[in-house]
Amino acid sequence: MTHGLTDALFYEKVSSFLVWFYVVLAAMNGIAALYVWRTGQTKKWIGLPGGHGLGITNAVVWLLVAAAFAVCAALAGSGMSGNGAWMPSMPEAWKNFIDSNTGPVVYSLGTTVLLAALFVFRRFFTTPAVAWTILNLMLLFLGLSMTDRDFFEIVAKPDNVPIVMLILLLAFFTWLATYRAVINDDRMERGEPPLEKLDDEKVLVWPDLVYIELICMIALTAFLIFWAIALPAPLEEPANIAKTPNPSKAPWYFLGLQEMLVYFDPWMAGVVLPLLVVNGLMAIPYLDFNKQGNGYYTIKQRKFAYLTFQFGFLEIWITLIVLGTLLRGPNWNFFGPYEYWDAHKVEAADNINLSQIWWEKLLGSSLPMPPSGAGFLVQAGHILLREWLGFALTLGYFIVLPPVLALTVLKRYYQKMGLIRFMLMANLLLFMAALPIKMVLRWVFTLKYIIWIPEWFLNF
Amino acid sequence: MPGLGETIRESQIWKSIFRHPMPVDRRNRIVVMLTNFFLHLHPVSIKKQGIALSYTWCMGGVTFFLFLVETVTGVLLMFYYRPTVQWAYTDIQMLRDVHSLGILREIHRWGAHAMVITVWLHMYRVFLTGSYKPPREFNWVVGVLLLLLTLLLSFTGYLLPWDQLAVWAITVGSNMARAHPFLGHEGPGQQLLTLGGVDMITSASDARFALLGAREVGEETLNRFYILHCIAIPLGVALLLAIHFWRVRKDGGISGPL
Ligand code: HEM
Repeated sequence: MTHGLTDALFYEKVSSFLVWFYVVLAAMNGIAALYVWRTGQTKKWIGLPGGHGLGITNAVVWLLVAAAFAVCAALAGSGMSGNGAWMPSMPEAWKNFIDSNTGPVVYSLGTTVLLAALFVFRRFFTTPAVAWTILNLMLLFLGLSMTDRDFFEIVAKPDNVPIVMLILLLAFFTWLATYRAVINDDRMERGEPPLEKLDDEKVLVWPDLVYIELICMIALTAFLIFWAIALPAPLEEPANIAKTPNPSKAPWYFLGLQEMLVYFDPWMAGVVLPLLVVNGLMAIPYLDFNKQGNGYYTIKQRKFAYLTFQFGFLEIWITLIVLGTLLRGPNWNFFGPYEYWDAHKVEAADNINLSQIWWEKLLGSSLPMPPSGAGFLVQAGHILLREWLGFALTLGYFIVLPPVLALTVLKRYYQKMGLIRFMLMANLLLFMAALPIKMVLRWVFTLKYIIWIPEWFLNF
Repeated sequence: MPGLGETIRESQIWKSIFRHPMPVDRRNRIVVMLTNFFLHLHPVSIKKQGIALSYTWCMGGVTFFLFLVETVTGVLLMFYYRPTVQWAYTDIQMLRDVHSLGILREIHRWGAHAMVITVWLHMYRVFLTGSYKPPREFNWVVGVLLLLLTLLLSFTGYLLPWDQLAVWAITVGSNMARAHPFLGHEGPGQQLLTLGGVDMITSASDARFALLGAREVGEETLNRFYILHCIAIPLGVALLLAIHFWRVRKDGGISGPL
């Protein structure tokens, strides 16, 4: 996409985007300043010395931020001349630091810690001023990184642009929902009804709803037309079955599944797990017996359901999609956000199966392989012997663990749900947990398969 | 002299279509909701909270609107597109380079991406407000099916431009079906399905073959995906949407605290 461009042409191209980007950021902060000021929400953040009561208010701060972004816009415009020296950019040293310190492990653990921190300290992070600061920082990070060719190459790829929108929209709506949940939880603790209850007077659909719909449709149409003009749809070379691109990627919304292929064979990552996701989603209303939290935002009243869903959605589904789309390059190797996608990068892949660990490493003997041409029973016997540890662990996990849970930590759930519903839930949860467990086993023990039966295409 | 607008609104034709004048009073605002085909999907009155953007995010509505946009632009695109290996790519190229309606393809493509995003956000909102709880359990199930069909719509459409991006995305995506337990020729358990010593599940009879219509992504696949994309899946979505909207009403309107 930009490979054919000289540096000068590249800077011209980003610059024409970044100028508008920073102008929008400046306008956003200007409007925020105006909004806090006009709605009487000004707060003094820093008192000035002198005892005259003057201070720097939040409105002033957002105004200053707007001014700073305006300066950024002007500086970014300097790239129009084909020289990027003055464009606001991420310092080289930071880029190198980020590239050399990220990998699947840091990325996965990092997002986990981040999401956990956002959840635990949600009261702090949903404060409008804090959330606004975070939004500004996210967008600033995007702007500063765009001048990097490798970053631009991957983020501005037309079919990847939706991912950037998805991240921003999810950030916004997660903030909105959490913000309201925190308020509701406080209110209900004081014995007041949730916010939603305050609005239960009835209004006529015409005009109240019909007009909202009309305005939404017009705004959306305008947005789509703008998007369509600004960003041409991709059209690569004509299809050629003989020429495999590297990397070959599925459409972005399936890249979480493709990323799972690193840890599971296709029959799991591509068939069993997706089917379980769909069925698990459909089962939610029949498994969640909690009557509370119907029709309003709350976290405290349904913590278990909330955390389980967020774990599956934000922590696994979304995080893996972002990883698979933006950070996986040729040969599905991991690349830092500012790293060149070098097709010759080699990564050590000396993963080992559980049966190898048992027979070869621990017992120092060789794997009991069935003799070629053996009958089914002989073959099965050898396989059973070879993989006994994996079988034992897997059966223990899926068959022994649920009853144990029912009698211990999840006793209350078992009593409420009854046998069948509880077993269904327990197994869905265990399947969901199988992915992170396998990821950790891979990172810590370079474990490839727990059960390895290539004879039957059955690797787990 | 009555103005032009008034003349039109007083004409027999206009009155035969719109059975009520522009509703300005309470009675007519109620009646218009009941007598207009498009508006009668809505209730007449609604709890204020049910139309609050901060509650519903309007995401279900936005998804539905995007579906309509996709339908209209999709039909127009079909005028310019022939689903054959010979023509598919060049037709898309022409759409970009020659036809003045070229922007249609952009709207259709970005609208499809946007629809995937908004349907996830809609599900996210429904979950976070606990709106799947009784009596709305079944509508959540219908929703999950809609989500699945939305993804499949997007996936089948991805192949149609017949460029490298398209075929390889579909190749990678459909390779999974090869490993379908029992039904894929490289899936666990397929060797159990034999008839008189002959394998029943081979690369020419497995789940992937059923999906692609051939061993590799090719002419048959293009035809299959085109029909799925333009006819079969949209019909399924339309049916499920009718049920979904009907159930929203029958389940007592938009959820809210009791
Ligand atoms: C093509 C996709 C879909 C369309 C066009 C659609 C449309 C809508 C619309 C217009 C509403 C009215 C309220 C609102 O806008 O939030 C609604 C409500 C609802 N939707 Fe969907 N939906 C879709 C997919 C889904 C999915 C994926 C789910 C869940 C997995 C779902 C579950 C529900 C439920 C439970 C309600 C009732 C919510 C309430 O009463 O608060 N829908 N849908």
